[in-house]
Amino acid sequence: MTDWETVIGLEVHVELATATKLFCACPNQFGDEPNTNVCPVCLGLPGSLPVLNERVVEFALRIGEALHFEVPPESIFHRKNYFYPDMPKDYQVSQYDSPICANGWLEVDGTRIGIERAHMEEDTGKTLHMGGGGRIHDAEYSLVDYNRAGVPLMEIVSRPDIRGPEQARAYVGELRSVLEAIGVSDVKMEEGSLRVDANVSIRPSGAEEFGTRAEIKNMNSLRSLGRALEYEVERQIGLLESGDRVVQETRHWNEEDGRTHAMRSKEEAFDYRYFPEPDLVPVAPTDEMRAKVLGSLPELPAAKRARLIDEWGVTEPDARVLVGAAGLSSFAEAAVVSLRGGTPKDVVNWCNGDVLGYLNETGLSVEVLPLAPDALAELVGLVADGTLSRSLAKDVLGECLREPKRPKDVVAERGLAQVSDEGELGGVIDGILAANAADVEEYRAGDDKVKKKKRGFLMGEAMKATKGKGNPQLLNKLLDERLG
Amino acid sequence: MSGSALDLVAGIRSGRRSARELVDAHLAEIAARDAEVHAFNLVTAGSARSAADAVDDAVRRGDDPGPLGGVPIALKDNLCVQGVETTCSSRILEGWKPPYTATVVQRLRAAGAIPVGKTNLDEFAMGSSTENSAFGPTRNPRDLTRVPGGSSGGSAAAVAAGFAPLALGSDTGGSIRQPAALCGVVGVKPTYGAVSRYGLVAFASSLDQIGPFAGSVADAALLLDVIAGPDPADSTSIAGAWEPVLPSVGDGVAGLRVGIVEELTDAEGIHPEIRAAVEAAASALEAAGASVGRVKVPSAVYGLSAYYLIAPAEASSNLARYDGVRYGLRVDGDDVASMNARTRDAGFGPEVKRRIMLGTYALSAGYYDAYYGQAQRVRTLIIRDFARAYEQFDVLLSPTSPTTAFALGAKTADPLAMYLSDICTIPTNLAGHPAMSVPFGTASDGLPIGVQVLAPALGERSMFRVARAIEVAAP
Repeated sequence: MTDWETVIGLEVHVELATATKLFCACPNQFGDEPNTNVCPVCLGLPGSLPVLNERVVEFALRIGEALHFEVPPESIFHRKNYFYPDMPKDYQVSQYDSPICANGWLEVDGTRIGIERAHMEEDTGKTLHMGGGGRIHDAEYSLVDYNRAGVPLMEIVSRPDIRGPEQARAYVGELRSVLEAIGVSDVKMEEGSLRVDANVSIRPSGAEEFGTRAEIKNMNSLRSLGRALEYEVERQIGLLESGDRVVQETRHWNEEDGRTHAMRSKEEAFDYRYFPEPDLVPVAPTDEMRAKVLGSLPELPAAKRARLIDEWGVTEPDARVLVGAAGLSSFAEAAVVSLRGGTPKDVVNWCNGDVLGYLNETGLSVEVLPLAPDALAELVGLVADGTLSRSLAKDVLGECLREPKRPKDVVAERGLAQVSDEGELGGVIDGILAANAADVEEYRAGDDKVKKKKRGFLMGEAMKATKGKGNPQLLNKLLDERLG
Repeated sequence: MSGSALDLVAGIRSGRRSARELVDAHLAEIAARDAEVHAFNLVTAGSARSAADAVDDAVRRGDDPGPLGGVPIALKDNLCVQGVETTCSSRILEGWKPPYTATVVQRLRAAGAIPVGKTNLDEFAMGSSTENSAFGPTRNPRDLTRVPGGSSGGSAAAVAAGFAPLALGSDTGGSIRQPAALCGVVGVKPTYGAVSRYGLVAFASSLDQIGPFAGSVADAALLLDVIAGPDPADSTSIAGAWEPVLPSVGDGVAGLRVGIVEELTDAEGIHPEIRAAVEAAASALEAAGASVGRVKVPSAVYGLSAYYLIAPAEASSNLARYDGVRYGLRVDGDDVASMNARTRDAGFGPEVKRRIMLGTYALSAGYYDAYYGQAQRVRTLIIRDFARAYEQFDVLLSPTSPTTAFALGAKTADPLAMYLSDICTIPTNLAGHPAMSVPFGTASDGLPIGVQVLAPALGERSMFRVARAIEVAAP
């Protein structure tokens, strides 16, 4: 049996979150009526001319800095020529052999993944196929919405340095965190503001030469990226082991059947006839722009993780989860600032557990939660001072995640404050023991197994008697004392 | 019609004549004679009359009517005017009304000029005779059996026929200067980037430049000063305020060094009478105090070949958008690709198709370097050779066109012969420099001769002084 090595290169398209489009002043935003955020320039009307949005260059410089790119003194735009109805000029203004960012890298779990380039380009419009099944082949007619035409994109092209689906996921996850941290994009794969295509090939371990690659498209989440790549790797290994060969082609990931499929398009050899865009001048970021970007770059995820591990004493995996989730680490940091009792570690546990769970379940972003960071801090304080048990705190948090309420108010409203009065709880225990004398006898006579069972029963009765509000540590202590 | 734009402006400003009368008189001329000339694709009489009334009202109120207040102007039909059909003399754009107005037209309106119509051109400005128009050729007002030159033949003819004292054209390889020469008017191709291209339907973006037609050098200067200057909507427009040319146009040529470009003047195919006219113009300049010599621009001879790779290459991309999806002509097909193909087949004329194919080929994989790449290297050489020439001379002279106006149909069957009409004008476009054509007498066929004055980038002021001196000395 041959040992196989997987080789993956990723092309990531990121929509930049600028206020306006790449070459005109139209708003860069989603959800508006079709063809309302358009003008002669982004519609490519005869006689219109592009003017580069300087914010895009600034965002590109941020990406350049965060991903350790070289940013040459000048880069130029090219035209990529091909016909498609959602492309207003029938060419895309992009960058070709002179990109704004070259030779970068990103460290992923201790491995440095090379990034060949990152370049600016304009997005296309969106075609909607009407009638039939909503697919191009059986549609009755098609409509085009040009609101997205001219939205600025950065295409970030990794080197074929990625060695497996898990690493590919980790790379995209880390890239997403970095892009989010530097504020250049919404980085939402599900909404298309971050789109990933993968070049996948297989070679015998130790081989120098690359195998034939397939390009995989249509992966709309980190999960589908992982699934698609795992399927594709298995498919290619299967082909090679059965003596077949891999065909160089573009394959479409199908989420429903969990397979990649060769695209049905005709075998056309595209010749994009790139040539320098004569309507634009070279992009030459000034020293002033570069300095401004350098001075304003926020802490990157790797540095933030290291700091949280160091300052808060959280584990590496916890730091990774916290920093990897959009907006969550900023939320946690704000909560920590408001802490009155409890530790940053407690904050992280709640964030990574209940808060993140709720976000994943609802698809909401942390910014729109009714729960304010200082409310989480308040909850942590209530647990630390014994007012709430963990399980009650969970209930309270659940309510505060759904409605804009303060934990203290929920506690008061529902009378949830934990009972920590030793005298009161002692009375409760005494009553339980008296009412369940037979069980107490069995406990005393029993082996470890019986002891454990009976003790659990008595503890449960005590909690029941206090309606869950009895301080569990105290109840445990009192029970132990009396059972001897 | 007679009277310079400068005189007309002065008359209107002083209240001695009304803009409305002036516009009506020009509209009457157009109505009477444009059926035979066919300078216009569209006459915008209604909006011209109301704009003229507004100028007259301004004068009556004592407001400044602007530097072109009340002067009729013809616009080449590749300049966008909001709500006014803009066709580029192509079936593919027939009926298209732009939702926006070109920067130059906005500046004309702000200066009080009165657009009277859209003029005929070779389809998408591709041609040298205005015979490649989908709407029929324009005829030369000096001799209706002759072409007016092209591609801005309609604008040149409009000025020559007295339909408007001023006109705008566009010049990619000579499309203002060559028709100016053939019609006996002044035509200017400004420095690349001096005039905003925003709203000019592109032919070859790195070469296209809008410029004036006028009956005199001073009128051309007046118009250029209105339209030139930086525009944030055109990334290739030159930053920095435009230095007006009109104030110094009559400053004379004493001390200026004038060089006759040998490669463009002595070349095969240049009519001897035209060569003689260039020599005579040079002598007149010398008599007026300039020093005159001869200069070599060796790479200029490769200009035509380089141009016919670069311009079609850019055109093949610029004209891709006429695909039937969004505006203009659509011919249905079984699917999108066949709709695109049928639309383009029906909508474009033969010369446009020829250049799209040439350009597509020049850019295709495996040929790019040999064709487009090589042409760009030639362009660099031409820029270098001109730079050397301008170390010795302030302005250069050459013929504008190798011949006077030729007969309609004489070159339509032979594209290469037609391309040679621009042999003297193309090198300046490749260099991005300004150049202009000034009438200098007539040949024995009775048709006008144009002398071309060339200058380095932003050398318009010297260029206009020389042009004015030639105009004064013209026989």
